[in-house]
Order: sequence, then C-alpha cells, then structure tokens
Amino acid sequence: MRASRRVTITASVLLLGCMLGSAVLLHRVDQVRTGATLQEILYITSPNVLKRMSLGYEGLLADVYWTRAVQYFGRKHMAYSQHYDLLAPLLEITTALDPHLVVAYQFGASFLAPHPPNGAGMPERAIHLMEYGIQNNPDDWKLYYNLGFIYYMDKKDYASAAEVFERGTKVANAHPFMKILAAQMAQHAGDLQTARMLWLATYQTTQEKQIRANAVAHLRALQVDEDVMHLQDAVTQYGRRTGHLPSSMSSLVAAGMLRGIPVDPDGHPYKLMPDGRIEVRQPDDFPFIEKGMPLGYKPPAKPKFKSLE
Amino acid sequence: MAAIEIIGLEKTYSVGFWRKRPKRALLPLQLAVEEGEIFGFLGPNGAGKTTTLKLLMGLVFPTSGSARILGMEWSDPRVKAQIGFLPEQPYFYDYLTARELLEYYAQLSGVPAKDRRPRVEAVLHRVGLPDVGGVQLRKFSKGMLQRVGIAQAILHEPRVVFLDEPMSGLDPMGRREVRDLMEQLKHEGKTVFFSTHILADAEALCDRVAIIHLGELRGVGVVADLTSSVHGRVEMVWQGTVVPLSIRALGAECHVTGDTVRAVLAEENQDAAIETLRREHLRLISVIPVRASLEDYFVQKLKPEEKMAGVTA
Amino acid sequence: MSGRIVHIASNTFREAVRDRVLYNLIAFALLLSGAAILVGQISIDIEKLVVINLGLTAVSLFGVVIAIFIGIGLVSKEIEKRTLYTVLSRPVRRWEFIVGKFFGLAGTLVVNTFFMAIGVFGALLYVAHRFNKPDAWVLVALYFIILQFLMICALGLLFSSFSSPLLSAVFAFALFVIGSFAEDLRGFAAMAHGVSRWLATGAAYLVPNFSALNVISSVAHEQAVSGQLIWYNTGYALLYAAMALCGAVLIFEHRDLK
Repeated sequence: MRASRRVTITASVLLLGCMLGSAVLLHRVDQVRTGATLQEILYITSPNVLKRMSLGYEGLLADVYWTRAVQYFGRKHMAYSQHYDLLAPLLEITTALDPHLVVAYQFGASFLAPHPPNGAGMPERAIHLMEYGIQNNPDDWKLYYNLGFIYYMDKKDYASAAEVFERGTKVANAHPFMKILAAQMAQHAGDLQTARMLWLATYQTTQEKQIRANAVAHLRALQVDEDVMHLQDAVTQYGRRTGHLPSSMSSLVAAGMLRGIPVDPDGHPYKLMPDGRIEVRQPDDFPFIEKGMPLGYKPPAKPKFKSLE
Repeated sequence: MAAIEIIGLEKTYSVGFWRKRPKRALLPLQLAVEEGEIFGFLGPNGAGKTTTLKLLMGLVFPTSGSARILGMEWSDPRVKAQIGFLPEQPYFYDYLTARELLEYYAQLSGVPAKDRRPRVEAVLHRVGLPDVGGVQLRKFSKGMLQRVGIAQAILHEPRVVFLDEPMSGLDPMGRREVRDLMEQLKHEGKTVFFSTHILADAEALCDRVAIIHLGELRGVGVVADLTSSVHGRVEMVWQGTVVPLSIRALGAECHVTGDTVRAVLAEENQDAAIETLRREHLRLISVIPVRASLEDYFVQKLKPEEKMAGVTA
Repeated sequence: MSGRIVHIASNTFREAVRDRVLYNLIAFALLLSGAAILVGQISIDIEKLVVINLGLTAVSLFGVVIAIFIGIGLVSKEIEKRTLYTVLSRPVRRWEFIVGKFFGLAGTLVVNTFFMAIGVFGALLYVAHRFNKPDAWVLVALYFIILQFLMICALGLLFSSFSSPLLSAVFAFALFVIGSFAEDLRGFAAMAHGVSRWLATGAAYLVPNFSALNVISSVAHEQAVSGQLIWYNTGYALLYAAMALCGAVLIFEHRDLK
C-alpha cells in the first residue's frame, strides 16, 4: 500500500478531533434542550394518534415512551423538583401503546401519587392508571397490590385498600402475603409493621431501579422511626425511674435499659440531646423519616438515596 | 532517461468474501520504456496488462515494487499532469456532451482557462469527431466512445500516453486512424505505451514490445528480434493441379484452387521445392516469404496448458 | 487544488440536474398547494400549523430521500462504471474527489431546499394572507433541515466508499431512523450498567443525532429557537459531517479500484 501517508494522518487526526468535538457539542445541545425535548414530544398527546403513527410498531414506541418517563422522573427527582406535570401523560401514553407493560403501572403507583418532591402528587390519576392496568391485566396480582398500596399510603383510605387487596387474593398465583395484607388493613392500619410489610413487598415485586431505591429509602426511614420510638420510650422510662434525664446513652445501657449503644441503619450511633430527645446523626441520609429530626430541621434541596448495592 | 521504469512491481489481490485467498495478478515486473518510443504491451486476455496499467495510474496499490514515470515516483501527484490514460472499454459521464466532458477533463488536468476551448475543438477534430461535440455521450456508439477516450487521453498534451486496448471496438477504418494517430504522437516526441492482445497492431506500430502471460513477463524486445527466433516459412504458388509427391514429402501444406496450387513450407526447403517444380515442368507463379508473426511466437512459446488458461481467463 | 474541488462539485451538481433530480420539486409543489387549498377550506385555526408541519416535514423527507439515493451512488457508481479511472489518472487527489462530490451533492440539496422554502412561504402567505414575526423561525427550521442533509450526504458518501449502493441505502436509512431517535437511544444507554452502558453510550454518541435538529413542531407552534441551540447545532452538524467525510477519505484513500 502506498497511499499518501500525509492524507492518511491528516484525515485520522481530523476524524478523531471531529468525533470529540461533536460529542462535546451534543452534550451541550442536550443541556440546552432538556426541558424543550419532552415538551415537543408531547405535542402529540393522543395515544390513538401515536398508535397510528407508529405504523404497527407500538411495542417499540411504548418502550421509547417508557424510557422517556423514567428519564424524565429521574432527572427531575435529582433536581428535587416540585412539578412533574409530564409524568402522568408519559405513563398514560406508554400504557396505552402497550397495556401489558406492568412495570409502567408499578412506576406510576410509586411516583405518581406521593407529594412532591417524592412524586407528582396526583393520587387520583395514579388510581386511574392502576384501574386501567387491572382492566387490561386482570390476572396480575401485583397490580392489585400496587393499587392497594396507593390507597393505603397516599390516600390513607384503609377500607378501599383492604377491598383491593381482597380482590387481589382471588387472582390465581397471588402471593400469599396479599391475604395477610388484606387482613392487616382492618386491625393494624397505620402501624409501622404494616408499612414495613408494604414497602418490603414493593421492593420484592419489581426490578425497576428507581422503585426499589425508593422502597429501600422508605424501609430505612421506617427502621429509624422505630428505633427512635424505642429509644424515646427508654429515655422516658429512665426518667420515670430515676427522676432525671440520662446524661448519655451509656447511662441507659448501664441502667440495663438498652443492650448496647444503638446505631442507625448506616451504623452511626443515635444522639441523645440534653432535653432528652433522640436525634439521628445524619438526617439528610434518611429522606422519609418522621421521627428523630433535629428541631427546625428542613430537608435538603437534594435528597440522598442510598444505592441498593 | 527512461520514460517509464517499472521496478519489481507486483500485485496480489485477495479474493473471496469470507476466507480470503491470494490471487497473483502480476508477478514482480521489470521493464523500461524509452522516451519517444511506441511500446506494445502484449498478452492474451487476463494476462495482467490492465493490472499493470492500473498500478501505473495509481488506481490500485502495488503489493511491492515501484515505478518511475519521467523520473518521478508513480505516486507523485506531479506525474499525473504529464500523462494521459485511456482505460479499457472506456465509459464516461453519459449525461455530458463530448465537448462538456473534454472541458471538464481539461479543467481537472489544469489546462489554463483560455486554452481549453481551442484545445477541445482541436482534439475533437483530431479523433474524427468534429461534428458531434454537442451530442450527449449516451447517444454515442462504442467506437465513438473509444475515440472520445483517446481524445481525453491526449487532450492536455501529456508526454506519456497510456492506452489500454486502444483499437477495441473500432472498425477497420477507425483502427487505421488510431494507428496513424499513434504514429503522429511519436513524431511529436511523445511516448506511447499501449496494451493489446491483437498482434497485428503491435507488429505494425511498435518499436519494441513486451509479452506478458499469466502475470509474468515472457519476453521484451524489438519485434523482429523476437520473431527471428521463430523459423520462417514460404508460400509457393504454381499453375496446374498437380502436387508432386516429393513436395508433399517436404512437409508442405498444399491447397488446390481452380488451376493453381498453393503450398506453404519451411524456408529451408524452398530451394528443393523449386528444383522439383522445374523438373516436373510446372510453371512457378510466385514465392513469398511468410514472415514469422507474434502469433507464431505466442503459439511456439506458450505451453499448451497455458494457452488453455489464456483462453479461459 | 481548490479549483479541482470546485470543478468536481459543479460536475456533480450538473449530473443531479441532468438526471432530473429537481423534478421532485413538482411533486412537492403539488402536495403543498393541494394541502394549502384543502386546509384553508376545512379548518380555520390550525391551517398555519398544518401548512408549516406538512411543508417542513415534506422538505425534510424529500431531501433525505434525495441525499441518500444520490449519496450512496456518488463513489460506488463511479467505480462500477469506471468513470473514475479517467478522473483519478489526472492530477486529482482522491480526497479532493470525495470532498468535491460532497460539496456537489450538498449544493444540489441547498438549491432544492431553497425552491421548496419558497413554496412553503408561498403556501403560508396563501393561508395567512401576511407574514408574522414568528414565521422567521421557519427559516431556522429550514436551516436545521439543511444541516441534517449535510450529515446524511457525508454518511452516504462514507458508505458509498466501501459498500454496494443497495447496502449503503439500507445503512443510511437505518441510521436516519436511529438518528431520529438518538435522544431516546441515549436514554436507553443511561439505564444500562457497566460495560454495556459504556458501549451503548458510545454508540449513542456516534450515531447521528437528528432529534435536536428537528424543530418543526415547535416552530409550527410559533415557539422561539434559542440562539445557543442554533450555534451548538451548527457546530455539531458540521463536525459530524466532517467526521464522516474523513472516514470516507480514509477508506477511499486506501482502496484498490478493481
């Protein structure tokens, strides 16, 4: 081969340079367009029109919209957004294009109903989405579970939750805990244990990363809440027995009220405040806790999610 | 200085899509062509003539070896302004007229703008197409395209002209014109390197020839030198229908036509045959030497199995 | 050297014109005038929207089809018909040939798009009776469409430099479709893990990204296009086209023209 070496070298260098440059610029373009992109996508909001435009490739288009929904929520959630206006239409389009995409319904159950910044704050639309899902997949017990979950967690409507769980137990192959949940609703609604069971079930019934991370965060928060309640009891008991507040955790241990210095799920010891309150050392690491926060605590602009690994 | 100097030029193609097999199109070739000569590059179809020309034109890259044209490396861009090339069975942009095509090529060859028009007109005249300059090439016959091809090869007045099978597709008149044109180029001091599988053309034109077969050079030299090694024959014609037995015994091929006999026999038996005719009182009409042609050279030099290969290739 | 590129480019343009490529303008004109008349009678509110959407989409699709069908033949056809032999045996470098071909095809498309643009604005005037300020964004959309054409031309040339026209057409169309979903492709890539994530991200950045160059619907809704986007898109499209051209040059430069 004796092609001109100069041309070869020049072209190779230029090629690499252009490749690099185009990637950089593409990245910039993405930054300029984050908001605009989805706005444009949703110029066509009618699933029926989209179905026709997909020329029979609805499955593929559903996958595309599903990815868009996940990306949309993920990006906004990272930014601690208060508005998730496009999540509902994106999920509705996804499920209209592919009514059997169960993970999309599960995603909706987890993130459509809760209040911002943890979700879109649209429990009604979430319920509507789940009913549509059940209508199309009546044999999937997970959907009943997810619908009951919304009623329980977001609507605090335990009667409806019980009814949905009950409906779910009738499905063939339904997980046995559906029966337990249905029973639990009547007696133990509002219990930490019930909540823990629900979140655990959510975690176990999906592979979707964001849903699982969300469930883990809730389970960790429940653990903290339970620990703090337990410790607070110990402090109260100590006070009742000795007439003064414990000076430190070790005095609680010494008094035989605790088996050891208690630690939170991250291994940090809980703090005993001078006024006898129990506090978490790193409240920012537990976005959903209801107990153990310092006085006047405000959640950070960017909530932290521990990864599953 | 040699106009073309080929130094061990070699080309091996790899053929096949999945499992590549090497196919040797040209074995290392050593050849020099002097300035101002008409050089014939001869060989049967598929011998490697076109491969050699493509290598010289930089259309394919050699596996090894190199070549110098007018003292410059073949890959030197400056060479290209000094050479003209007519490919085998040329085909041109058929949406252009002959005049447009030649003007385009003149532009690419760097002919100054003011010279282009006259140059194109002159060359159209020269190849015998003065009246069809404005006709689209898609309406041209094969012979006319060949003429356009020759026109584009000499358009920019190159010092060395490479012609791949320049006579193919031409009628006898056309062949004659192309021969004359090549002679003219020689008179203008240009070097002409042309390939052909037609021996008569080479014999009539070439100062020297090279013979190539199956990618290998088989001989280079002046045509007469090459053919002298092949024994000559004579053709004798006499009146009557009698063929003396002693002439037959000399190994002559005899044909009786009307009232004459035509016999072809080896040159060394000529005297014996004439003696016989005189004895038999037969009237001799003519004795013409049949000069050994390149064809005889081919027939005698190429081994039988190679001839087959040459035919099927 | 630049002279030869110009000559090759203008000959490429001449070839396209003589091969009656610009006849597509007739089909385009019929489509657009038919639509303008029909829409004008049917709906009052969205007639402008429809004309812009339909017009720009047609400009884009017609051009893409032309770019691909001419682009894929630019080099391979010249090799197949052996017209290249008499070009490359002149003082024309191989890279000049590629670059000249690119500019010739790009020029053809620019001229074609220019006439189509006149048609779109004509139809717009017909349905709206006057131009508004936001109509200027239609020009930006057209500019982006031309940028797309440049990328597709270069890609067509790239494929043409090593593959048969049929395969090249398949490749180019596939890339056009993939490129239109490139943002989603990057979305998919972001959801993968480990090595596959790297590979997918690499691939997503390597395929042409047409989504950002398609502002037809936002322009139809009279939305502004940010100046930043115009700059970045220009840079991106030019660099991408240059990259594909360099690839074509590299391949062609080493190719045996059998």
